[in-house]
Amino acid sequence: MEERIRARGLTPGYEGRAVSGPVDFVLRRGDWLAVLGENGAGKTTLLRTVLGLLPPVAGCLETPGLVPGQLGWLPQQTAVQRDMPASVWEVALSGRQGRRGWRPFYGREDRAAAARALEQVGMAGFARRRFRELSGGQRQRVLLARALCAGDQLLLLDEPVTGLDSQAAAGMYRLLAELNGQGTAIFMISHDLAGARQYASHVLYLGAQTSFFGTRAEYENWKGENAWA
Amino acid sequence: MGLMQTLALYWQYPFVRSALAVGVLIALCASLLGVPLVLRRFSFIGDGLSHAAFGAMAVASVLNLAGEMPFVLGVTVVCAVLLLRAGQNASLRGDAATAMLSVGAMAVGYLLMNLFGTSANLSGDVCATLFGATSILTLSAGEVWLSAALALGITAVFALFYHRIFAVTFDEDFARAAGVGAKACNLLLAVSAAVVIVLAMNLVGSLLVTGLVVFPALAAMRVCGSFGGVTLCAALFAVGCAAAGILIAVVAGTPVGSTIVAVEIAVWGLFWLAGKRRRA
Repeated sequence: MEERIRARGLTPGYEGRAVSGPVDFVLRRGDWLAVLGENGAGKTTLLRTVLGLLPPVAGCLETPGLVPGQLGWLPQQTAVQRDMPASVWEVALSGRQGRRGWRPFYGREDRAAAARALEQVGMAGFARRRFRELSGGQRQRVLLARALCAGDQLLLLDEPVTGLDSQAAAGMYRLLAELNGQGTAIFMISHDLAGARQYASHVLYLGAQTSFFGTRAEYENWKGENAWA
Repeated sequence: MGLMQTLALYWQYPFVRSALAVGVLIALCASLLGVPLVLRRFSFIGDGLSHAAFGAMAVASVLNLAGEMPFVLGVTVVCAVLLLRAGQNASLRGDAATAMLSVGAMAVGYLLMNLFGTSANLSGDVCATLFGATSILTLSAGEVWLSAALALGITAVFALFYHRIFAVTFDEDFARAAGVGAKACNLLLAVSAAVVIVLAMNLVGSLLVTGLVVFPALAAMRVCGSFGGVTLCAALFAVGCAAAGILIAVVAGTPVGSTIVAVEIAVWGLFWLAGKRRRA
């Protein structure tokens, strides 16, 4: 299967100081990798390293699935977004910006992609609505549409269901499972163990002393043997 | 003499017409930049830069520089770049750096004007620089053209970078990761802000510049929910208020800068009420 991300001895960190130990993992087309671990274990730092926002302290990272400008990233929502005037349409369309290069305006194919992405996440009827007045779950769907506008080969999700009620969270997982079934590789940071157990195909566990990478079944075994983890 | 006759009388003077045209253009580009500056919590940069521009203006007048505007422009652009860097540097907080720069520029500027000023009416000069007085009506033909060209240039840059500015304002990290050139975009915003502030100083004076930047954006945000709507609404707000303010100032003989800002405050109040009704 086509590889989307391959990390060997990858050590994420800030300004040369490692935040977590070296990790090895591979993410292929159709895989769903859940990155689990305590707060401060370096999950977000790992994500930012994979995204290219931070240089790795050590190790090797290949991201054939990350085409420049086509980054399907669902970040956590920021404070600015809660009072920024922006329509759902403007937010979804902005996912295409990375593909524009130095061309200043969006073209027909960009608008078609944004419409398709909103359709995919079930927000097509909300295009003219204000982003900040949506519910948390709806906002998350719009940001997912923006990520899909950027690229649908690989989705990088940062706590996709944190702050959502159980119904919205279940809807989000169904949507992601559908995309995953169509071949989209998913790299998901999560605190939601139940969701990760139900949907992920692989698990990367970041611990203070040790880390683990394997399929979900292998992870359950490992966790049984290492009850302290 | 009726109001219309008074207006018709003043309209015959070319300096009134050019003041109106330049004033409206300056207010327009200040309002356009105001939207991203306010949303990104950069309005303090505008305030800091206007004080830096006052210092530069004082130095220029002491040195008796012939064309003081290019000099002031250069100094302010350099300050904008420095302020932007300071804002991103976590060790020295951006707001503290801005406070240092703005207070320092004001103090040194006034000191220099006092020590070496050749003008007979020092407090009048200082007051004009701070509050604009009537300086928009006394621009030379060259300055009128320079101001108009710069204002049009800023408006064109804003239009070309509009979608990029939206992407970076809405989510800087996402834009950076997607290779949108967020750093270049920030630099462009800071430099444009510096140019607008120097231009707007001629119109309203350095103490009132921030008003032209923040009021249109804040008013538009009360009633519009999309970035495009806010941008358009802020532009119309600024154009209308600047034109009304300049005409009122000419007819009533009030200072141009404070009249424009007073009109903006009044109209902002109307927008605030409209927003409250919409929400109720």
